[in-house]
Amino acid sequence: MWIFAALVFPAQRKWSSIVNMADSGVTDGPEKKNDIERAKNEGKDLSKEEKQRLRKEKKHQKKSKEKKDEKAPQETPSAVPAPAPLPVPASESPVPADKPAKSKAELKAERRARQEAERASKQNKKGEVGQQVATGKTKAPQSELQPVVKRLPEHIQADNPDVLKKLAKKLERQQTPGYNATTKAKIPLRSDYGRKVSLFSHLHQYSRKAPLTQQLSIPSTVIHPAIVRLGLQYSHGIVAGSNARSVALLHAFKQVIRDYSTPPNEELSRDLVNKLKPYISFLNQCRPLSASMGNAIKYIKKEISNIPSHCKEEEAKSKLVNCIECYINEKIILAAKAIAKYSIEKISDGDVILIYGCSSLVNHILCEALEKRRKFRVIVVDSRPRLEGREALRRLVQRGISCTYVLISAVPYILPEVSKVFLGAHALLANGYVMSRVGTSQIALVAKAFNVPVLVCCETYKFCERVQTDSFVSNELDDPDDLIVTRKGKTHLEDWQQVDSLGLLNLVYDVTPPDFVDLVITDLGMIPCTSVPVVLRVKSVDQ
Amino acid sequence: MPGPDKETDLTERIEAFLSDLKRGGSGTGPLRGSAETARETTALLRRITAQARWSSAGDLMEIIRKEGRRMIAAQPSETTVGNMVRRVLKIIREEYARSRGSSEETDQQESLHKLLTSGGLSEENFRQHFSALKANVIEAINELLTELEGTTDNISMQALEHIHSNEVIMTIGRSRTVEAFLKDAARKRKFHVIVAECAPFCQGHEMATSLSRAEIETTVIADAAIFAVMSRVNKVIIGTQTVLANGGLRAVNGTHTLALAAKHHSTPLIVCAPMFKLSPQFPNEEDTFHKFVSPHEVLPFTEGEILSKVNVHCPVFDYVPPELITLFISNIGGHAPSYIYRLMSELYHPEDHEL
Repeated sequence: MWIFAALVFPAQRKWSSIVNMADSGVTDGPEKKNDIERAKNEGKDLSKEEKQRLRKEKKHQKKSKEKKDEKAPQETPSAVPAPAPLPVPASESPVPADKPAKSKAELKAERRARQEAERASKQNKKGEVGQQVATGKTKAPQSELQPVVKRLPEHIQADNPDVLKKLAKKLERQQTPGYNATTKAKIPLRSDYGRKVSLFSHLHQYSRKAPLTQQLSIPSTVIHPAIVRLGLQYSHGIVAGSNARSVALLHAFKQVIRDYSTPPNEELSRDLVNKLKPYISFLNQCRPLSASMGNAIKYIKKEISNIPSHCKEEEAKSKLVNCIECYINEKIILAAKAIAKYSIEKISDGDVILIYGCSSLVNHILCEALEKRRKFRVIVVDSRPRLEGREALRRLVQRGISCTYVLISAVPYILPEVSKVFLGAHALLANGYVMSRVGTSQIALVAKAFNVPVLVCCETYKFCERVQTDSFVSNELDDPDDLIVTRKGKTHLEDWQQVDSLGLLNLVYDVTPPDFVDLVITDLGMIPCTSVPVVLRVKSVDQ
Repeated sequence: MPGPDKETDLTERIEAFLSDLKRGGSGTGPLRGSAETARETTALLRRITAQARWSSAGDLMEIIRKEGRRMIAAQPSETTVGNMVRRVLKIIREEYARSRGSSEETDQQESLHKLLTSGGLSEENFRQHFSALKANVIEAINELLTELEGTTDNISMQALEHIHSNEVIMTIGRSRTVEAFLKDAARKRKFHVIVAECAPFCQGHEMATSLSRAEIETTVIADAAIFAVMSRVNKVIIGTQTVLANGGLRAVNGTHTLALAAKHHSTPLIVCAPMFKLSPQFPNEEDTFHKFVSPHEVLPFTEGEILSKVNVHCPVFDYVPPELITLFISNIGGHAPSYIYRLMSELYHPEDHEL
């Protein structure tokens, strides 16, 4: 151990001099792996892990040989003291390699604690203790108390030129290792379209007529074709709706995993995650990721990194595919069934139910209620420019439900007839606000004014830890040309780009305050809007 | 006296006006603004006064009432027609009273004492003949026409009192009064305007292009985004089709939602409405209040089979209760909604409320 420590120290100093702001003191060898494991296991935010990975990649490319040499001698000492069966980074290695790891862990933890003390003065003590104790997977007690130093997501910093430059560089870097600049294979950066309304200049605004795939070479060597297809489907709105997008994403990832083969000298659990990163950046550019997709990706990454290193490739791949299928089944399909069961208790005979837009979950609930022989009729409210309500209308009419159809401006006219309002959600935020399709908050407002109960149906996998109070800070801007319409042969807004003082705004989401919502129906039961952080906490303890 | 020719000429004009009314209000937004309708109605009433055969004020009032009923029946949702008819009737009553010599005050006071003591006096038969009555009535109608011509300007002149710099103002659909109001303010102040497009007719698009040509920063949003952007709006300025007797509005589709959103954010709601839009009707949200147009505006025929299985509604107007309104700006100044009933008693005689 003493020899090991001696070997460790000079290495540490060398690396730390290169890595100036090492939040976790990234060194090499098993320390690095332990660090990563601990970081992952402690539920650290993705940013640190990502930073580590990026740095690791850089080092991989720059000094790959050097690293291999250094790996070899250090792996043997690590194998000597600990009965660890492996020289390669292993997710389970912290447990057996505990004893030698502890000393390094303490050093590293101290360094990290010092750095965090610089950043966030208050909560350091508790966090430090938590870090030293938990080299395993227990992360629940400390996750709330650790300083959450989150990086602002890139998609809400479109007005910051530094961020844009960083993104461009990141996309260049996220090439498949092995394909360097010579093949010019990189993920293109999508540029904004049209004049943005100044209130929303921090968001991206893309045109549907210029999809990202136009800038990709054929055949695309960087991105798996299933992902390219998915990206195109997203940007054209062919796959829309948060459940549909998540399921499509998971299926595409299953395909990617099946086609994946570990390159030599690489570990599946690390390399596959790196492989997925450019795909995620690409999809993010096609259309900003939804909260449900974000949660699904986190889950996949966690599952991948938890693959034990002794697993053979085929076994690992089938295990991952299984995990994904389980996730879809549990979180989406079974959750829908549970929510339908709870909701049907709330639907009585003779009800007039108002729905907005096309929510797959609400449609499912109504069809289930019809099968349980409830007598009700539905009013479908729709809005320009997406007109998604027509799709819901078609589906419901096909099942034989009697429907009425109006536009959102006629809601105060029709609301006196309505007994309940069922709304779907895109995400539920930690402060109880419901993020959903634009217009939902309006319907909830008018329903509240007319004293009609508003019920929101949402699966728990859409709960997210973000907080937001208005619809400006984080939103999505759709193609502004969608607002243009030709009536009686006249298109008034045709040349809106030429007129300097005219702007078009096509918002996609808005947030509904919790006082407009009477009940949220989730697969865990019926909860008030303000209990979302409780559910999040319970979920994180479970996992 | 070329009586018959005059008469046929008159009836022709009336018929032409009626058919115009029937065609004009097809719901795709007024092909003619309310101001034009008011002007034309008043001009026609003046012509009737001049050319029809009548001997006493009562006769004239009967004629005008009859024609007025026909005009209202042609287009019930166009309330300015009925308003103008009532104004003219009030003018006739006033002129008659003035000719008789009785002071106007006693006629107009509706004190409890008067109601008790003068039970039978209100039965004026208007049968006395005054030769100067015709000329007086025509002169008064001319004054009314002058007033009508200046309404938009009078309202726009008040714009600078209500709009300061760097404001964000929201409006919905297309109102010529509001357009003139904002353009007048834009000459001296810089502000932003957000226009809700008001589906399905999307009149907001026209409004936005017109405003942007006057160098006002304009943004067009979909109806669904009204609540989402309301938190950034400082004032909501709207026009209306009719101002009802209780201070409420009958305005274009979507205004009720806008008013509720403004109330939630405590944003003042200002209604720019000239006096000729004030109507002595109360809102009864039953048959006569709402006007519907063809549902193909909402769900086009291209949707196919489901059209036969679905009810589609396309209402044109919305009721906005007076509690949601902060201020009325009219050509005679600004008023609170609770004052509207008083204005009405000045404009119309209570017996004319039901034509």
